[in-house]
Amino acid sequence: MSGYASGIVAILCINLIFAYGVYVTAAAGQLNLGGAGYQAIGAYAAAVLSTQGWTPGWGTIPAAMIISALVGFLIAFPVLRTRGVYMVLATFAFAQVVSGVLLRTSLFGGAIGMVVPDYLPLSVLILAAVLTTLFVFFLMASRFGLAIRAIHDDEAVATIMGVDVRGMQVTVFTIGGALAGLSGALYAHYFSFVEAQYFNPNLSIFVLLFVLIGGTQTAWGPLAGSLFFTLIPEALRIGGSWRFVVFGVTIVLMMAIRPEGMITRTLIARISSLFHRRPSSSALSLPNARPDLPDARMGDQHAK
Amino acid sequence: MAAAADVTFQRNILIKAAFGSAALIALALAVFLGGHVIAQQIISGLMLGAIYLIVAVAFTLTIGVLNFLNFTIPSLFMLTGMIAWALLKSGLLSFSGSWSWLIALFGGVVVATVASLLVERFTYRYFKAKHGDATEHAIPLVSSLGFLLIFENLVILAFGSESQRFPVPFKADLHLFGLVIGIPQIVSLVSALIVVAALSYVLKQTKIGRALRTIAENPEIASLLGVEVTQVVPVLFLLTGMLCGLAAALFTVNYGDVSPFMGDNIGTKAIAGMVLGGIGSIWGAIIGGLIVGLTETMSVHFLGGDSVEMVIWGLLLIVIIVAPRGLFGHAALGKGKL
Repeated sequence: MSGYASGIVAILCINLIFAYGVYVTAAAGQLNLGGAGYQAIGAYAAAVLSTQGWTPGWGTIPAAMIISALVGFLIAFPVLRTRGVYMVLATFAFAQVVSGVLLRTSLFGGAIGMVVPDYLPLSVLILAAVLTTLFVFFLMASRFGLAIRAIHDDEAVATIMGVDVRGMQVTVFTIGGALAGLSGALYAHYFSFVEAQYFNPNLSIFVLLFVLIGGTQTAWGPLAGSLFFTLIPEALRIGGSWRFVVFGVTIVLMMAIRPEGMITRTLIARISSLFHRRPSSSALSLPNARPDLPDARMGDQHAK
Repeated sequence: MAAAADVTFQRNILIKAAFGSAALIALALAVFLGGHVIAQQIISGLMLGAIYLIVAVAFTLTIGVLNFLNFTIPSLFMLTGMIAWALLKSGLLSFSGSWSWLIALFGGVVVATVASLLVERFTYRYFKAKHGDATEHAIPLVSSLGFLLIFENLVILAFGSESQRFPVPFKADLHLFGLVIGIPQIVSLVSALIVVAALSYVLKQTKIGRALRTIAENPEIASLLGVEVTQVVPVLFLLTGMLCGLAAALFTVNYGDVSPFMGDNIGTKAIAGMVLGGIGSIWGAIIGGLIVGLTETMSVHFLGGDSVEMVIWGLLLIVIIVAPRGLFGHAALGKGKL
């Protein structure tokens, strides 16, 4: 594979894992606009552990995951006190604080960044992306996935049905932190360099957009979103600012045409009915197949 | 019930008065202890805060009335500055002689306002028509992120990504008690306060202001009561565009620099100010904007330039977690604001 192609595949794998990290919280109805903060923690944890030689070999990657999962777990408690717009802003502020701390601390190289000694081959990235994808698909198909779907749709009803809403929300933040941290650690090892400026608010915005445009209803959403937004600009050979203009126009159009994202449960049901030779009406009358309802809700701001 | 409300009201006034006097005493003490250097920092902080507060008011208006965090605001701010610069550079305004800078800035404000109305057309109005209610979910927010990308990158494509010099016509500094106060800075603080006072009056006293406050309360009941929601909401976006344009014009005159990224920093700081003051409250946005301006100059002075982000966002994170209402916020977003 040429250097160009392998670079794209690497970015795709990292974006995909990162997108799943933001997706698991979004699937439970929590918008996380601080993804870059979690990714930065994973990347810098791997970089510091690798430079200082505190962990043997590739132990840096699970260690980085544990650290960012721990941060995700701890930050979930204060962040979950907030809702809607406040949660968007709290996670955003969290990412800004992380980036500020990284810039100010000499252990992390400040504004100069850090060189990461251990290089990771592309195959490991691909393996990690495949495993993450399978893991999230499994998660969403399990009782756990059902519970977070219920929370996404209605917290009060989920509570009545016996779902531990708060426990689930803390769990998705922890899993999200771990996955974002994994993507950061892989980024650090693959590109052998980390700098705080890379983990800026734009990165958080982009990854959230991958997830929301892809669709939060099924685990296919982030996959579609990351693939679409990483590969289409490359395929069209458009560079620089035009890429972002096209991205912006796509976002506005998508929100207008398919506000629930590219991949929805209805779409999955429709496709699977083609293969299973079931009467299509039964597939389309699934209780959740409500294409008229926008998916990306902000939670209730107005007291009902 | 009424008595209880009265007590809360009085307590709120007391808290505000206590807070205000504490702030004044702190400032006076700082000037007394720190002398001219600190006084100069405070003045710069207030001037910077004046720009933040106008943008914060723009944010708080849209979020207060429509529950919509309008991410296009930074790009409207940037559009004003860059269009003004481009107009001035194109030489189209050479007929107006020494006043061309003012006409250029005015042109910038007009473009930003038109852009804001365009955003209204494709975010709020569209979803209102399609889903009956556009205030309950993140779709307008995501669309506005899309518009942010479109505006910013179109400007980069048209004018390049470098920072440009905007020729400031007057360089007069006022020397008062050994302090240097720029005349543009005074103009900016005074006009910021005038505009916000006028806005408060409009919201409190006029028909359109009452309509906006009714929509803030509940869009459906507003339309039942005869408010033409689809006609009133564009006014809100008009105001947003004009406020951003004004803030950007003041910023450009003050600092003499424009760039396609000038709105990003101002926008995020204004969000911080808005949340500090309490989302949905105009006076909260004013106080919050000034606090952020002061905090910024103070942390640059005492902790160094790269500490600003950490200090402001750390403060904000604490405020969101400990007291999400901010200083002057109200219990439920969408209720009894403005």
